[in-house]
Amino acid sequence: MKGFLKSVGLLTIMLVCSAFLLAGCGDDAPKTIKIGFNLPLTGDIPEVGEGSKNAAEMYLKDINDAGGLEVGGKKYPLEFIYMDNESKAESATNVALKLIEQDNVIAIIGPNSSKQAVPAGGTCNDNHTPMISPWSTNPNTTLDRPWVFRAAFLDPFQGPVVADFAAKKFGAKTAAVIFDVSNDYSKGLAEIFKSSWEAKGLGPVVAFESHGTKDQDFSAQLTTVIAANPDFIFVPDNYNQVALIIQQARDLGYTGPFMGSDAWGTPDLIKLCGDQCYNNYFSTHYAAAGAKGATKVFIDRYEAAYGSTPADYAALTWDSIGIMIEAIKNAGKVEADPVAMREAVREGLSAIKSFDGITGSSKFDAQGDPIKCAVVVKINDKGEFVFEESVCP
Amino acid sequence: MDFLIQNILNALQWGSFYALIALGYTLVYGVLRLINFAHGDIFMVGAYIAFGISGVLLGPSIGLSPLWTFVVAVPLTMALTACVGVTLERIAYRPLRRKGAHRLYVVITALMCGFILEYSNLAVLGAERLKFPELIQKSIWHMGDVTITNLKVIVIVAAIAVFVLLNFIVTKTKIGMAMRGISYDKFAIPLMGIPIDFIIVFTFVLGSAFAGLAGLLYAMSYPILEPFMGMLIGWKAFIAAVVGGIGDIKGAFVGGFLLGFIEVGVVAMPGLESTYRDLFAFSILLIILWVKPTGLFGMPQSTKI
Repeated sequence: MKGFLKSVGLLTIMLVCSAFLLAGCGDDAPKTIKIGFNLPLTGDIPEVGEGSKNAAEMYLKDINDAGGLEVGGKKYPLEFIYMDNESKAESATNVALKLIEQDNVIAIIGPNSSKQAVPAGGTCNDNHTPMISPWSTNPNTTLDRPWVFRAAFLDPFQGPVVADFAAKKFGAKTAAVIFDVSNDYSKGLAEIFKSSWEAKGLGPVVAFESHGTKDQDFSAQLTTVIAANPDFIFVPDNYNQVALIIQQARDLGYTGPFMGSDAWGTPDLIKLCGDQCYNNYFSTHYAAAGAKGATKVFIDRYEAAYGSTPADYAALTWDSIGIMIEAIKNAGKVEADPVAMREAVREGLSAIKSFDGITGSSKFDAQGDPIKCAVVVKINDKGEFVFEESVCP
Repeated sequence: MDFLIQNILNALQWGSFYALIALGYTLVYGVLRLINFAHGDIFMVGAYIAFGISGVLLGPSIGLSPLWTFVVAVPLTMALTACVGVTLERIAYRPLRRKGAHRLYVVITALMCGFILEYSNLAVLGAERLKFPELIQKSIWHMGDVTITNLKVIVIVAAIAVFVLLNFIVTKTKIGMAMRGISYDKFAIPLMGIPIDFIIVFTFVLGSAFAGLAGLLYAMSYPILEPFMGMLIGWKAFIAAVVGGIGDIKGAFVGGFLLGFIEVGVVAMPGLESTYRDLFAFSILLIILWVKPTGLFGMPQSTKI
């Protein structure tokens, strides 16, 4: 009896093992094209992850309803895998690794914010997986990383745009900056702004104050800023912090203008900040109000599907997918082996010299960075983001 | 000079929140010798309860004015948050106490309770941040270059009032005497005919109700709510309570304001980056503990609460 039980046990173990072995087999032809998404669905900026996911779902539906993506005369359905990086740098690298090693994606879109995109870009580059960050503007994301690309303009371009605009619009001679020191995006942009402001000889940056990501009280920093009496305050921060900073600055008696960066551009800013954010300006990638052509079509469809205006990260995610799709088409065929396919997609990406997207057309330079225009947007009396002017390199 | 006064006012407001939360830590520790690590999250729950209440009261079905909403929301928030604190005591701490579990396990349980509150909030309400409605028409008073808002005054006055009230309850009332008795010897006290469970529940009611008040005032001052808002401020308030001498009400009050003043002071100091805020703040607190390991007002094996 004991021997019988033993042999049954052994048989079971063998069956289970062989099931695992068999799972590795199957036919060689890939059934779907897997693209991973590294998104902040929870954490500090959940709205950004949500917007990107919405845009991606729209794109996915378009392609798959048409029977899939045609590569080399054959149609393959797309599969998008969304993973949450919790708006944290360390989670973003974990998500990238998981997508590469466990899900065997051929390419990754995201992370959005530079805080996550800079470390995740390193992971993707080391693992030879193509990555496009839709929204990251920090130069380090793509610097010396042949596998990493982006759809947004860079901070060395955005910083001077803000400086020029503020000098012209407010007639500003002095500027103050308050930024998040533990966020690559915020810190990088603050420093670039400071050097470009001073390089233009416009006047001094009278206060350069930092804060931490989890801070909610900025009154001490703002007291220093206001005591220096600047003509305007530049706040390259995420929207949740912007809402608190502006309110506390007004409580401390500051009445002058604020200037923001592309991280302001979400409908949640107005929800959290209310009318205290009205009549300020920020630089960004596109303006939804008054859009034309393909951009308008995208905005209308997004509004119909999700009931809100798509912010810049949604539009940039759409463009990133577009760039990726073009790269896959350039690859010419779909390989079963993800490693070979990644190589082909990277070749396809670097073959793209220019791209006409809904956030404007862009040319790619040697680093994989697009050269494209920025727009300055005004938050009007109703809390809408209205086009103010466009600045091209 | 104006710069200095302005920063003192900033520090008073910021310290008020630390003091209010630290008072809750110190009360529970004083009676039970339990570090209630879930206290910061009870504060967070208080802010969310206040958000829910004001949403309902301001909503179309009741339609109170913002000021009346504030008047009703304060006691209601305190009562409901007290219920949360008492529930935690009933389902988490009391069974362990009955079984005579070591204090360490109760502290770990408290940590878990904190996580449960945070993540159940995240699961129910999602990661999206909430905007707290403006309940009090904000007026900004200017005195030279110094500005102060009516909200700031309310926060500071509330912190002082809570301290005075708690000090009175603990030192002048019978129930306060019972609390100090349990702190002194929780095995002998039931023999005197004192209902120990009732006193402990009362302690949790007091601590949690004032955490709820702190949550409400905090949400009004920094009107953006998220599930993890109680974590960091809870830890820091705990440290403030330890530096003040945990178990001592005066210590929690002074410790809270001390931390507020050091944090704001480091940022306001010219030539010192605000990046160094926490580094300097906690180094200073560490030095205080080196000199006096029991905290500013603490005594070895203190019997006070």
